[in-house]
Amino acid sequence: MPKRLAYSLSDEVLEHVFSFIQSDKDRNVVSAVCKSWYEIERWCRRKIFVGNCYAVSPKMVIRRFPQVRSIELKGKPHFADFNLVPDGWGGYVLPWITEMAGAYPWLDEIRLKRMVVTDESLELIAKSFKDFKVLVLASCEGFSTDGLAAIAASCKNLRELDLRESEVDDSSVHWLSHFPETYTSMVSLNISCLGSGEVSFSALERLVSRCPNLRSLKLNRAVPLDKTANILRLAPQLVEFSTCTYSAELRSDVFSNLAGAFSNCKELRSLSGFWDVVPDYLPAIYSVCSRLTSLNLSYATIHSPDLIKLVSHCPSLQRLLVLDYIEDSGLEALASNCKDLQELRVFPSDPFDVEPNASLTEQGLVAVSLGCPKLQSVLYFCRRMSNAALVTIAQNCPNLTRFRLCIIEPNTADYLTGEPFDVGFGAIVEHCKDLIRLSLSGLLTDCVFEYIGKYAKKLEMLSVAFAGDSDLGLHHVLSGCESLRKLEIRDCPFGDKALLTNAAKLETMRSLLMSSCSVSLEACKLLSQKMPRLNVEVIDERGPPDSRPKNCTVDKLYIYRSVAGPRFDMPPFVWTKDEDLALRLSP
Amino acid sequence: MEGCVATELRLGLPGTDNVRNKKRPLQEADEECGANGKSDAQDETAPPAKAQIVGWPPIRSYRKKNIQAKKNDSEGPGIYIKVGMDGAPYLRKIDLKVYSGYPDLLQALENMFKFTIGKYSEREGYKGSDYAPTYEDKDGDWMLVGDDPWELFITSCKRLRIMKGSEARGLGCGV
Repeated sequence: MPKRLAYSLSDEVLEHVFSFIQSDKDRNVVSAVCKSWYEIERWCRRKIFVGNCYAVSPKMVIRRFPQVRSIELKGKPHFADFNLVPDGWGGYVLPWITEMAGAYPWLDEIRLKRMVVTDESLELIAKSFKDFKVLVLASCEGFSTDGLAAIAASCKNLRELDLRESEVDDSSVHWLSHFPETYTSMVSLNISCLGSGEVSFSALERLVSRCPNLRSLKLNRAVPLDKTANILRLAPQLVEFSTCTYSAELRSDVFSNLAGAFSNCKELRSLSGFWDVVPDYLPAIYSVCSRLTSLNLSYATIHSPDLIKLVSHCPSLQRLLVLDYIEDSGLEALASNCKDLQELRVFPSDPFDVEPNASLTEQGLVAVSLGCPKLQSVLYFCRRMSNAALVTIAQNCPNLTRFRLCIIEPNTADYLTGEPFDVGFGAIVEHCKDLIRLSLSGLLTDCVFEYIGKYAKKLEMLSVAFAGDSDLGLHHVLSGCESLRKLEIRDCPFGDKALLTNAAKLETMRSLLMSSCSVSLEACKLLSQKMPRLNVEVIDERGPPDSRPKNCTVDKLYIYRSVAGPRFDMPPFVWTKDEDLALRLSP
Repeated sequence: MEGCVATELRLGLPGTDNVRNKKRPLQEADEECGANGKSDAQDETAPPAKAQIVGWPPIRSYRKKNIQAKKNDSEGPGIYIKVGMDGAPYLRKIDLKVYSGYPDLLQALENMFKFTIGKYSEREGYKGSDYAPTYEDKDGDWMLVGDDPWELFITSCKRLRIMKGSEARGLGCGV
C-alpha cells in the first residue's frame, strides 16, 4: 500500500504541493525521492541558485530545469573582495545570459554577485527577456552606464535595479533619462555606487515622482542636501533610504526643510549613506528614529558623542553598521538603548594606521553582548582583544550565528596574558552551537582548529589568516567541520598532507581558497588526478608554476567542485591539470 | 629545499622562514588601481606609514575607496583661518589642513608668534605659561584649543586667538 502512494497522486497535485516548497535544499531533497518526483519537480522549479558559476554549465542547468524564472549566480570567491584574486581571473556572465536568452524567454530575475558583467550582457538582457523585473548586480564590474541605459529603455516592467557596491564606468550617458515617461514600476533602486557624473538629478526626480510603488531608494554621494528633501517629499512612502552628501555648514532653512521631509516618511525603517554628514544635521532624522530597524553609518565621520545621541533615539534598532568612532562608550549606550539589536558591524575608520584613532576596544563588544540578548551577527574590527572577553561574549550570546573578528595587526596576542586566542575562539564555537560563519584573527595555534573541528558542527564558512602551526590545523577543520561549505585561508603554514588526506572532503564543499600557504605544486597535481570532479586551479602571477624549483609552494590555490569539468576562459596566470601540469606528471 | 629557498621569490625579510611573518609591501600600483584595471587620480596618495599587507585588514575595495575619497576630499582646498595674539600688531593666516594634530599646530603657533605654550591637560588646560590658545567655533563661542577631537576641531574652528595674561590663566582652571 505505501509503495503505491507515490503514484496515486497526480502530477498536478504533486506540482501544487511542490509549489509550497521554496528552499533549494528542500527542492533538491524532493527531486531525489524517486524518478517521477524528479521529473515533476524539474519542470516546476522556478528559482535557481548557483553558488559558483563554474560548478555547473548553463547548458546543464537549462537541460534539467527548462522553465526557470529566476536565477542567482556567484562568480569570484569571497577573497576577491580584498584584492586576493587577480584581475581577469574569470566569473563572466555573458555565456550564461547568451544561453538563457534562448532557453528562458520568461526569465524575470537575475541576481549576480562578484561577476564580470559587460554592456553586451546588459543589452542582451534588455533585448531577450520581455517581462524582466529584477536585476541585482552586487560587487560586479565590467559595465558602464551604456548598459544601464539599455536596461532602462527596454525593461518596461522593471521593479528592482540594485547595483550595490559594483564598479560602473561612466560613459557620460544620462542613462536615467532612458526610462520612458510611461515607466512607473520601480520598487527598489540602488545606485549608491555611482559617481557624481552618472546621475542626472532632474531625471531622478521625475522618475521618483512617477513611481508610486517605490519602497527602497539608495542614492549616490553627489546628490546635494537640499535635493534630498525634495526627493523625500516626492516619495514619503519609502521604507529604505540612503542619503547623500550632508556637507556644508548648518543652514536653518535647509535643516527645517529636511526635518519636515523626513517627518512625512512614516514607513521609513532603514537609513544608510550619510557620507560627509555634518553632525548638526543629524537631528533632522530624529522624527523617524523611533521606527528605524536598520542604520548604516559606516561611511559617516560622526564621533562618539553625536553617535550616542543618535542611538538613544533608536530603541527599535535591529541592525547597526558604524565606524570605530562610536568607541566603547557609544557601544555601551547602544547596549542600554537597543535591546532588539541582532546585527552589529564596526569598521575601522583608519585601518592602516598603527595607532588607534578611536577609543574602541574589546570592552565595547563585551558591553553589547551583555546588553543585547538577541545579538546574532557580529563583524568587529579592533586593535586589542582578550581571551576573557571572548569567553564572556560566547557565554552571553549563545545564539550567535555569525562571528567575524578582525584584530587589525596580524599575530596580536591576548593583551592581558600574552597568550594566543585559542581558548577565546574555542569558547565561541563551543557555546554558539548554531554558528554558521566564523572569521578568525590574532595569534592562533593549531589548538584553535582542534576546537573548531570538535565543536563547530554547523559551521558553513570559515576565514583564516596568519594562524596555525602545521598541517594539523587544516586537518582538524577538514575532518571535523561537517557542514563546511566555504573555506578561505591566507598566510598559514598549511600544506600537502592535510589537503591530500582530506581530498574527499573537498567534494562536499563549494570551494577552498588558499593564498600564500605551504601547498606544493606536486600536491596540486596529485589532487587533480585523484579527484576528477574537483577543479584545482593554481593562480600565480609570477609565472608558470612548473618553472619554479620542485616542491616550491604555490602562490594561490582555488579548489572547487564542479560537474562542468574544466573551464575554458582561464587567464594566463591560472594553471590546471589540463595544461602543462598534466604533461609533467610522469618523469 | 636549499635551492628552493635561495631562488624563491619571497617578499619576507631575509632570514625569516615563518610564513606567518610574510608581509608583502604594497604592489607598485595602488591596490585600488590594480583591482579596477584603471588608474584613478583619486588613488594617488602619500606613501603608507608602514608596509601594507595585500588584502589586510580585510576591507572591501569599495569601502577602502570611500575612505580614500574622504582623505582626498580633505586634501582639497585648505581651511584658512585668521590667528591673532594679544599684543601682536597684526593677524596671521594659517591653513589648518597642513597640521597633523594639536601638537603640530601648537608648535607652529609657538614658532610664528615666538612664545611658549604650557602643557595641556583636560583638567587644567594649558599649565605653566601665560598663554592659552583659544578658538571661535561655529556657534560664536570661544573655546580652549585641545578639548575636541582634531577632526572635529578643524571643521568647527573659525578663528584662533592666543590669549595672554590673567585672562589666559583664568581659562581652564576649574571654571
